[in-house]
Amino acid sequence: MPVAQFLILAAALFSLGIYGLLVRRNIVLILLSLELMLNAVNINLIAFESVIRSADAIGQVFSVFVITVAAAEVGIGLAIVLVIFRNRKSANVDDLSLMRW
Amino acid sequence: MTVSEWASEPVNWVFLVVGLLVLVSGFRVVTAKNVVHAALFLVATLAGTAVLFLMLSAEFVAWVLVLVYIGAVIVLFLFGIMITRAPTGRDLGLDADRKAWPAFLSVATFVLLSWASIDAFGSEVVQEVGDPTSTETLGLALLGRFVIPFEVVSFVLLAALIGGITIARRDLDPVEEEQRRAV
Repeated sequence: MPVAQFLILAAALFSLGIYGLLVRRNIVLILLSLELMLNAVNINLIAFESVIRSADAIGQVFSVFVITVAAAEVGIGLAIVLVIFRNRKSANVDDLSLMRW
Repeated sequence: MTVSEWASEPVNWVFLVVGLLVLVSGFRVVTAKNVVHAALFLVATLAGTAVLFLMLSAEFVAWVLVLVYIGAVIVLFLFGIMITRAPTGRDLGLDADRKAWPAFLSVATFVLLSWASIDAFGSEVVQEVGDPTSTETLGLALLGRFVIPFEVVSFVLLAALIGGITIARRDLDPVEEEQRRAV
């Protein structure tokens, strides 16, 4: 099994995440696209690990760390979305232009 | 590796099917007109990713992905969608109007990343091992060589937990607080 096919799939997922991040207006959907990108990074880490096969399974350890940080990021992100929605009655990023010059 | 060599390995066909599922549902995550559908397509993407991890003999990470992402993060997203009362039906205002530059940027990123991947790893193949990486190996690595990063990450989780509660809780009005204290 060539490893490049996994890397290309991860690149495609990452690019889809970038597209969603730039195009979506709803904050929750932007966070969903961010998850897509983090997931692509995990695929890359696991694919590299399957090439080098280190004794400590370093790639897998790092993808566990990425998953943990992603979970923390979603928790904080959704808490912030909740507060913004409570104060502004909207989850649309176009409405959040208060700090724009 | 020629096409016929590639096609002679059954596992490559499994990859093709799962990879297409992942790509199509990933595409639907960023294009769906319905917020709840986008979150549910992310479930399909993550499930496909877990299958890919199993193919690469990363068993523990695959089940962590299923438990943490599909079990917890998606539920959190669905709660977020419900609480922010995003329109759960079809909604045409979800996307920005100008899509040409984002599309160009993402295609350019894809071309660059896949060119770099093929250039650097085009001849590498997945090293087949008999047994999947055991949870024991990962556990020993996490609590041995990587114990300090592991503790730092657990601290990050704790900080995120406390921060999330502090940010999201509704502050009592001063008057209301006074009354509660008096009781």
